[in-house]
Amino acid sequence: MEDWRRTPLVFWVTSLPPSLWLIVFFLIPLALVWVMSFGELDGLVDIKITGTLANYERALDPLYLEVFGKSLLFAGFTTVISLVVGFPVALAIVFASPRWRPILLLLVILPFWTNLLIRTYALIAVLRVRGFANFSLEWLWDQGNTVLALLGLGSYQLLGERFEPLELLYNNSAVVIGLVYVHMPFMILPLYAALERLDRSLIEAALDLGASQFRAFLTVVVPLALPGIISGGILVFIPALGSFLTPDLLGGTDSQMIANVIERQFKGANDWPFGAALSFLLMYLTFAALTVRALVNRRAERRGGA
Amino acid sequence: MSTELSPIVEITGVSKRFGSFAAVDDVNLTIGQGEFFALLGPSGCGKTTLLRMLAGLELPTEGRIIIDGQDMSGVPANQRPVNMVFQSYAVFPHMSVLDNVGYGLKVSGVARSEIRERAQDALALVKLGDFGHRMPDQLSGGQRQRVALARALVKRPKVLLLDEPLSALDAKLREQMRLELVNLQETVGITFVIVTHDQDEALSMASRIAVMEAGQVRQLAPPAELYEFPKTRFVADFIGSVNMFEGKVEAVEGDVIRLSCPGLERPIEVEQPDTPPIGSTAWAALRPEKIDISKEPPPDPTVNTTPGKIEEITYLGEVSIYHVRISDVLPLVKVAMANIDRVTRRPFTWEDEVYLCWTRQCGVVLDR
Repeated sequence: MEDWRRTPLVFWVTSLPPSLWLIVFFLIPLALVWVMSFGELDGLVDIKITGTLANYERALDPLYLEVFGKSLLFAGFTTVISLVVGFPVALAIVFASPRWRPILLLLVILPFWTNLLIRTYALIAVLRVRGFANFSLEWLWDQGNTVLALLGLGSYQLLGERFEPLELLYNNSAVVIGLVYVHMPFMILPLYAALERLDRSLIEAALDLGASQFRAFLTVVVPLALPGIISGGILVFIPALGSFLTPDLLGGTDSQMIANVIERQFKGANDWPFGAALSFLLMYLTFAALTVRALVNRRAERRGGA
Repeated sequence: MSTELSPIVEITGVSKRFGSFAAVDDVNLTIGQGEFFALLGPSGCGKTTLLRMLAGLELPTEGRIIIDGQDMSGVPANQRPVNMVFQSYAVFPHMSVLDNVGYGLKVSGVARSEIRERAQDALALVKLGDFGHRMPDQLSGGQRQRVALARALVKRPKVLLLDEPLSALDAKLREQMRLELVNLQETVGITFVIVTHDQDEALSMASRIAVMEAGQVRQLAPPAELYEFPKTRFVADFIGSVNMFEGKVEAVEGDVIRLSCPGLERPIEVEQPDTPPIGSTAWAALRPEKIDISKEPPPDPTVNTTPGKIEEITYLGEVSIYHVRISDVLPLVKVAMANIDRVTRRPFTWEDEVYLCWTRQCGVVLDR
């Protein structure tokens, strides 16, 4: 592994281009934004770097704190729902026959091959008032009424006078549904990787020792899948926290997330320094999430897990 | 040979089919209370599947398993009065040794103080009394196996199932663990059912052995009987080393069978109670250590003898194996001689013309 020490030329030749790329297109712009966050507007287009903390002060205004809080809440819900839904899916793939496993994995990855915008619009077609979800519900409602009519209960209108479509779109739950849909694969894949390594005989040993299926799951499968749960959680939580398109297209007026506010500062409001400050606050939140993962992982390692 | 012990496990007509393939094919076995019972066979013979059916980790396609008088059909693994030591040991890596051993008690709702006490006792039983607070990755393979043993024994099962428990250990440790397992079994008095592909392991530990092949039990007998009186060529060949002579039954006088074999000058004479019909094809199975090598033909005419030439000598430490050519149509005959003297005093060497001799009581004649 330490061979590069002996062949510095190869090391430099292979690592220089990516390093340059990262410096020019990532670190320098990031530094510019960071510097900008300590500046103030001077006229309409000019920005003066004055070292002021006014942007951060403004960002801590309850109005923006609420948006931050809402973003954390959305991302948190998304992570938890993805975990609850994704865990059985990952388990099912692990326990599927070897012939089916690659096909099922492919189905999980398949949405990645479609543009996010198109997937989100597809979701609108599903969730809107005259969308597929409501069509299905209406169909069920019709069938229910037919059954009731056959039972001679048709005249009581037990299911209501007429079908009331659900308002599924342009609210907070639509945003969470969209975020879960978009980020689910990021949860399933690390879970799959963790569960696939799990020695089946550990589960069998738990059953053999008298544990119920559920107990074996809680005491053996979940703790041993913890690195996968944490990785999946981070991979869902961080992008969900900074989501922009999903709340923009699926959300209502009160389902703005922080990325939408940031976007507005850079475009509509034309307040780049404030947008920069908000961006960095979002990034610090991300760092905090990564720190949590590092701590948990270190503890798991010390306990001899993973 | 039946056992006078009261039965603890009764397996009746048990089969396990995967599609058209029968992993276990109509097995009938009775295992007695307090036995050290071995299921022995080559890989893929169905022995592990049978063991897993006892544990409830696999369900029989047909047949019935009764453990301690209770029909096990429909009883899931977590409610059976058996515990298992897995081949991989399956020690929970995220729990301390003590928590591993106490797991079975904990999920059964035993009080915490009692769990500690019983787990500690079980650890002491496998000589790991001071290791309770270690994590499994701080243990050697042998110690991990002891944890698996203690974990399975702590619930005081009616039957302890062991799936190839020694296969992951090195040779020296394996030999030591055989003795310890036997002693442990005598101490706790629990019926042990062990699955192994290692004949030495089965012979040295078990009170009875069921030899399995292709999903069926080929022979069920105590170790010595299995070794000295195998019933089929498969069993004779699988247990220990054997020289096999194919021939025709020429005559039967009393309980002496005369088998004429192509490539041998004289027919082989074997004394045994059950004799195959005259004219049938049969095989004489002869253990290498039962054949003697001498320079002169034996004076006693009832002793089987044949001339041959030593082609190869394999030195194995405690014994040397002489590979002797009798005839071009026969494979080399293996003869084992204990190296009582130093190697330099070896009486025979390559290319020596010698006589092989063995008495009528030495071999067995097999008809299948």
